Amino acid sequence: MRQTSPSNEIASVPGGANRPALPPLGRTYASPSPFAGLMRFLRAFWRAVTVNRKVMLGSAIVGVFVLVAIFGPIIIRQNPLAYTTDLVRPPSAAHWLGTNQGGQDVFVQLVVGTRSSLSWALLSGLMVMMISIAVGLVSGYAGGVVDDILSVITNVFLVVPAFPLAIVAVEYFSRSTLTIAIIVALTNWPWGARVLRAQTLSMRSREFVTAARAAGEHTWRIIFLEILPNEIAIVAASFITTTIQVLLAVAALEFLGFGDSAAISWGTMLYDAYFGSALFQGAWWWFAPPGFCIALLGAGLALLNFGIDEVADPRLRQGKRRRQRGRATVAA
Amino acid sequence: MRHVIRRIGIYLLAIWAALTINFFLPRLAPGNPAEIVYQRLSQHGAVSPATLKALEIEFGVNTTDPLWVQYIAYLNNLLHGNLGISTNYFPNTVTQIIGQDIKWTLVLLTVSVVLSFTLGTLIGIVVAWRRGTALDTVLSSVMTFFYSILYPWLALMAVYFLGYTLGWFPFADGYDVTLTPGWNLDFLLSAAYHAILPALTLIISTVAGWMLTMRNSMITTLSEDYVLLAQAKGLRSRRVMFAYAARNAILPSVTGFAIALGTVVGGALLVEIVFSYPGIGYALFQAIQSQDYSLADGILLLIIVATVLMNLVVDMLYTALDPRVRQERSA
Repeated sequence: MRQTSPSNEIASVPGGANRPALPPLGRTYASPSPFAGLMRFLRAFWRAVTVNRKVMLGSAIVGVFVLVAIFGPIIIRQNPLAYTTDLVRPPSAAHWLGTNQGGQDVFVQLVVGTRSSLSWALLSGLMVMMISIAVGLVSGYAGGVVDDILSVITNVFLVVPAFPLAIVAVEYFSRSTLTIAIIVALTNWPWGARVLRAQTLSMRSREFVTAARAAGEHTWRIIFLEILPNEIAIVAASFITTTIQVLLAVAALEFLGFGDSAAISWGTMLYDAYFGSALFQGAWWWFAPPGFCIALLGAGLALLNFGIDEVADPRLRQGKRRRQRGRATVAA
Repeated sequence: MRHVIRRIGIYLLAIWAALTINFFLPRLAPGNPAEIVYQRLSQHGAVSPATLKALEIEFGVNTTDPLWVQYIAYLNNLLHGNLGISTNYFPNTVTQIIGQDIKWTLVLLTVSVVLSFTLGTLIGIVVAWRRGTALDTVLSSVMTFFYSILYPWLALMAVYFLGYTLGWFPFADGYDVTLTPGWNLDFLLSAAYHAILPALTLIISTVAGWMLTMRNSMITTLSEDYVLLAQAKGLRSRRVMFAYAARNAILPSVTGFAIALGTVVGGALLVEIVFSYPGIGYALFQAIQSQDYSLADGILLLIIVATVLMNLVVDMLYTALDPRVRQERSA
């Protein structure tokens, strides 16, 4: 990060360094260091992340959770399932968030569980997006009978309540996080597909698509290499929305005990707490943190999404920008 | 009209798809309900193989009939309202159990959905009208947090703080179990008292969605010329706010209502489980835990059909609210 700070000052000059494709000054020409590409990426990344207050706060929250998920289990190095004799103790210096019924450290479980919860949410979100993209784009571009059939399937899945279906479906198959992820993916794709279909419909008659068709490009190439890159903003936005939903759905199913009982995640922690009657032992430190983390991560993702919406639709922005920018830097 | 017929067609198809999924799910999955119940029975003592045969016949699995015959028999049973017999509450039929539990869910769900939609939409209107003020900033941030809250967690927190620690509200069962259910004041009051906490958690976790949808769509309509004209004419601001801006901004909320129904039903299910509320959500959970397959399938079917019908109602409402939809060909 230290290396990028001088170039950040260049980037923050209004109107300056808006074209990362052009090398900024002679220095980079003289010695094309391997860091130049990285710095350019970091600068673009920094600009994207600080585009407005909501995006900034959202990416800070999500960023912290991602870091904890990656490095947390490496730094902590404690077995989250290790039993001790300190049963149901409130938070203390030895156990930052207390212990549960088995004397297991809640804080260690929370940190270790971050990896599982976050990665399964992202993975299921990714599965949902792949189905949404395939159905939405093909249906929007193809039109005719293909569109009719795919639209009917989408609408049917849209009205069928996903969660009750998921509960019953999970019960019939083996209890594992993978089963949960697959079933959540299969029941959550139609919303994204509908949004992408509408967008593709309006893209289909644009000139660049006509040009690609006239040039004799293959249909699959047009759909996935010409149209898809132009919808990347919508794909990103609905990926975030989907990830929130999926995070909640997976946690809810784990809370009901359909998850992998050997794995540690926020959802299984809630399951243990509820069915280990944490409530009647007054052990709020056992069930409060995992749910709070879910809500906080979800809020971070939602903020990211609202921020992106504001960039796309200036009418959603609040007035008095200057004052808020000042406040935002204090908050950050 | 064409729009309405098209939508009804989709809903019929959705119900048919649900029925079909419900038929194939137990047959696709490894093992079958008859064997599971048989094994459970044999743990309590010797059971003759004839029992297994009887169970197989009762569940309609592992027969020599071709699949399509089973399928037609299944549809025929459904048409006659025959959802099978609950293994858990033998010899009660699934229909009887659902009939008993549905009242609780219906009352809880209707009250909380109506309250949360009204409340959320009103807050959204006011917040959009005063966007950029402290009120907007605070409410929007709080609601963003509520927007991604996990239902069961919120319910646990409510049970712990308002129920267990403070003792303000009861937090299990649907009524004081020492009373006999009936149409008397004591029982009704007790039922209402027990419903406060579940309803409150449902409202808190859904209100944010309505508010944020309404706020965004209201801000978009606020910048329209007709709102400016209405203000320039010197109309009172309350009239501009509700009759001009909000009236035109409500449409996305109504669509959102239809889409959110599934989620709300799922949330109600979780809330019922946490509060051991005697509705169909809790019954579904108990049925799954005790592997009472016919009851679980029956409840799932009912939930799906009810959600689809609610969608139809919302669709009709939407058509009534937005004249443009009536004229357009496609949905």
